[in-house]
Amino acid sequence: MSSKPRPRLREKAQVLDDVALDRALTRIAHEILEKNAGSSGLAFVGLRTRGVTLAQRLAARIGRIDGATLPVGTLDITLYRDDLDMRGAPVIRGTDIPFSIKDKTVVLVDDVLFTGRTVRAALDALIDLGRPRMIQLAILVDRGHREVPIRPDFVGKNLPTSRRESVAVRLREHDGEDQVVIQEPEEA
Amino acid sequence: MAWTRKDLLTMRELDAAEILTLVDTAASLQEIASREIKKVPALRGKTIVNLFYESSTRTRTSFEIAGKWLSADVVNFSISGSSAAKGESFVDTARNIAAMSPDVVVVRHSSAGAATLLARELPCSVVNAGDGAHEHPTQALLDLLTIREKKGHFEGLGVAIVGDIAHSRVARSNIHGMRKLGMTVTVAGPPTLIPPFVQELGCKVAYRLEDAIRDVDVIMMLRLQNERMAGDLIPSLREYARYWGLSLDKLHAHARPDVVIMHPGPVNRGVELSPEVADGPYSVILDQVSRGVAVRMGVLLLLAGSKSAEAA
Amino acid sequence: MSLLIRNGRVVDPATSVDAVQDVLIADGVIERTGPRLAAPPGTEVLDATGRVVCPGFIDMHVHLREPGHEYKETIASGTRAAAAGGFTAVCCMANTNPVNDNGAVTDYIRAKARVEGVVRVYPIGAVTRGLRGEVLAELAELAEAGCVAFSDDGRCVMDAALYRRAMEYTLPFGAPVISHAEDHTLSRDAAMHEGVVSTELGLPGEPAAAEEVMVARDILLAELTGARVHIAHISTAGAVRLVRDAKARGVRVSAEVTPHHLLLTEDAVRTFDPNTKMKPPLRTKRDVEALLEALADGTIDCVATDHAPHATSEKEGEYDRAANGILGLETAVPLLLDRLVRPGRLPLPTLVARLSRDPARLLGLPGGSLAPGSPADVTILDLEASVTVDPRRFRSRSRNTPFGGWTLHGGPWRTVVGGAVLAP
Repeated sequence: MSSKPRPRLREKAQVLDDVALDRALTRIAHEILEKNAGSSGLAFVGLRTRGVTLAQRLAARIGRIDGATLPVGTLDITLYRDDLDMRGAPVIRGTDIPFSIKDKTVVLVDDVLFTGRTVRAALDALIDLGRPRMIQLAILVDRGHREVPIRPDFVGKNLPTSRRESVAVRLREHDGEDQVVIQEPEEA
Repeated sequence: MAWTRKDLLTMRELDAAEILTLVDTAASLQEIASREIKKVPALRGKTIVNLFYESSTRTRTSFEIAGKWLSADVVNFSISGSSAAKGESFVDTARNIAAMSPDVVVVRHSSAGAATLLARELPCSVVNAGDGAHEHPTQALLDLLTIREKKGHFEGLGVAIVGDIAHSRVARSNIHGMRKLGMTVTVAGPPTLIPPFVQELGCKVAYRLEDAIRDVDVIMMLRLQNERMAGDLIPSLREYARYWGLSLDKLHAHARPDVVIMHPGPVNRGVELSPEVADGPYSVILDQVSRGVAVRMGVLLLLAGSKSAEAA
Repeated sequence: MSLLIRNGRVVDPATSVDAVQDVLIADGVIERTGPRLAAPPGTEVLDATGRVVCPGFIDMHVHLREPGHEYKETIASGTRAAAAGGFTAVCCMANTNPVNDNGAVTDYIRAKARVEGVVRVYPIGAVTRGLRGEVLAELAELAEAGCVAFSDDGRCVMDAALYRRAMEYTLPFGAPVISHAEDHTLSRDAAMHEGVVSTELGLPGEPAAAEEVMVARDILLAELTGARVHIAHISTAGAVRLVRDAKARGVRVSAEVTPHHLLLTEDAVRTFDPNTKMKPPLRTKRDVEALLEALADGTIDCVATDHAPHATSEKEGEYDRAANGILGLETAVPLLLDRLVRPGRLPLPTLVARLSRDPARLLGLPGGSLAPGSPADVTILDLEASVTVDPRRFRSRSRNTPFGGWTLHGGPWRTVVGGAVLAP
């Protein structure tokens, strides 16, 4: 978490609209079921705010397809970050996984995959919380620029970006609309 | 809000936002206690020194657990049987510890101002675990966390703090913290145990237990130390227990049915609290203890939880 | 050997002079003062243009620590500190080791001062043997050996009957008893003034009454015996009121105040710096106001520093365990000039009187005046010189002052003792 003042961003392009986002999630839900030959033994763990919402939507979708009610947990990886700086006032929202992950196939869900460090921290956190049988990674947008060897199992959209750009995922439950946009810093 | 202080020394110098940051951080760390593997790597590689000049197994252990759950290396300096017993001065001990480059020193001492002194001497973070009768900020923070959990909020609550206010660092820290968060505090006890001008700290004063515990949401009873008997402050433990000790009868007669009873521990059953009250349904004393580890984790994390020398 | 101090503003309250004049000194004695004096050939001339020329300042409450505590201060270092601070004479208290409770110790101090001291040293003898407050010291022998007053300073003589006898016994000597007014039962374990700040800091305090109880007692005993009693380091408004009322009744009571009690309050203790710890403790703003008013109107007769050197190890660390007392000799004059005279809170001639004429009068000491025949002890001040207090540069062996870093305007320029200009 940087304590440099954030540059002002302007929207460059819309990458997914609400319809496309919805289709992507449906496709991911089917892929999860296909890869795991059904929903038995599955559990979802979402990262940060929007990963949790996406996990909830995926679980709901699989429930509609398959009939199963899958558990969804929340993971806060602040305490596992390799660049932890408490002075930057990170908000620890807390981890809440009210079920055992032992021997489960945990599908870790996040909105954007970038350097991969967040997911690396999430793996450490998950392993401290129990011993899953398998961990799979579901991502809405993969924008490249990996700094650690992490690869997703399920991707909504591959989106090549430049480093100075940012990707913003907006979800109805938080931002009033479903949308993914690319942003870049305003020229001074 | 961002935590910017090098040390945690007093509640008096904190503003409400800082207090809430500490309380909220502690709240978010509580779930670690219910994990099977009670460890997060946040303070891995950090060294925490517990410098306890007063014997205190409870608080020291609480800090030790907190540090270890955050993956820090925790070292205990307890002073009996160490160089201080051989006459090494507090300042020399501090300088020797500084030379070992710890990241945090947690200090408890019988002299008011000892933590402040240490914070001036040492470049690392200093946590005041109790300095004489002056302050004990982590105790106040865990009390506040407990209160918010039981009552849901701070603003507008009424609190009575009963006992040896004059010699109590717990009372002082709590008065400051509660006042800043919008609570009304009344201190009560025999007049010889109420310090002069205590109202200037921002509280009311009562001399009878019955007057203090009426209409409050929280009653905090303080430990009466045996040393008080030696002085001329109160005539006997018997008289103190009779007039200022909290029994079930007095609770039922004067206090609200939804009141919670708190105590920083250890409890002198039969003196400030009857056993039925200490172990009864109104008491949240054990909750306080478990909040203590979370609060201390929060404090250590905010002080030492930075991996880079400067923010990226 | 003659010395002409030329063209300074001579402020001599004892002779009611405040004018630009010359001062002619010969053979260690003031020959005369006046405008444009002629100097005999061979006279050393000291040009005091723009400076203030005063009778040599006398500090009647100083702890020189010798014999016994030489690691804190010696007669040599303490008198050099005095000279650097503009003092030409000091009175040293008896709480040495051994205590100055017999003629042999008094002789030792006076001999050391003759050989190693650079300003005049007047010993104060103990009231009780060993300062234990149990039996009288051999007060007649002390007086004969040269003690100018008697005091158990550091401790209060708690036994009223004993203190009464001390006052009676010393009546014929013409030397006052100096009271360290502190009821030790009320001040037990105290580390500061009992009030708003002590409650906030959780430090044990002593109420103003701890001092006032003894001031009242000592005034009444003085009334009973007809003796002269001098209240050391007075610090509370209540004590001032007691002294004022007693003086109005004709009781032979006098009082001194320290610079730090005039300038600092209990708020200074909030830093937990042990250099704010002394007896009596720093009090409240109200007390400070009362002390200043009393110093101006003469209810308080003089300023005395209570110079109390301590080793650094004794004045760092835990507040409640630190030794009591701070240095005073090298900061008193600049502090009082900068903080009282410059802002117009105390007239310069009044300050000069409280540092020279009045202590001399109280103890019957030669000096305190520039009248012809007085000893040639002169303090020359520079009201414009600016200095930032740096304890590392003190002549004292110790460093315990809370005034380090204070920038002060005005201070001593030259100190002359017996006609000899001391090196600055």
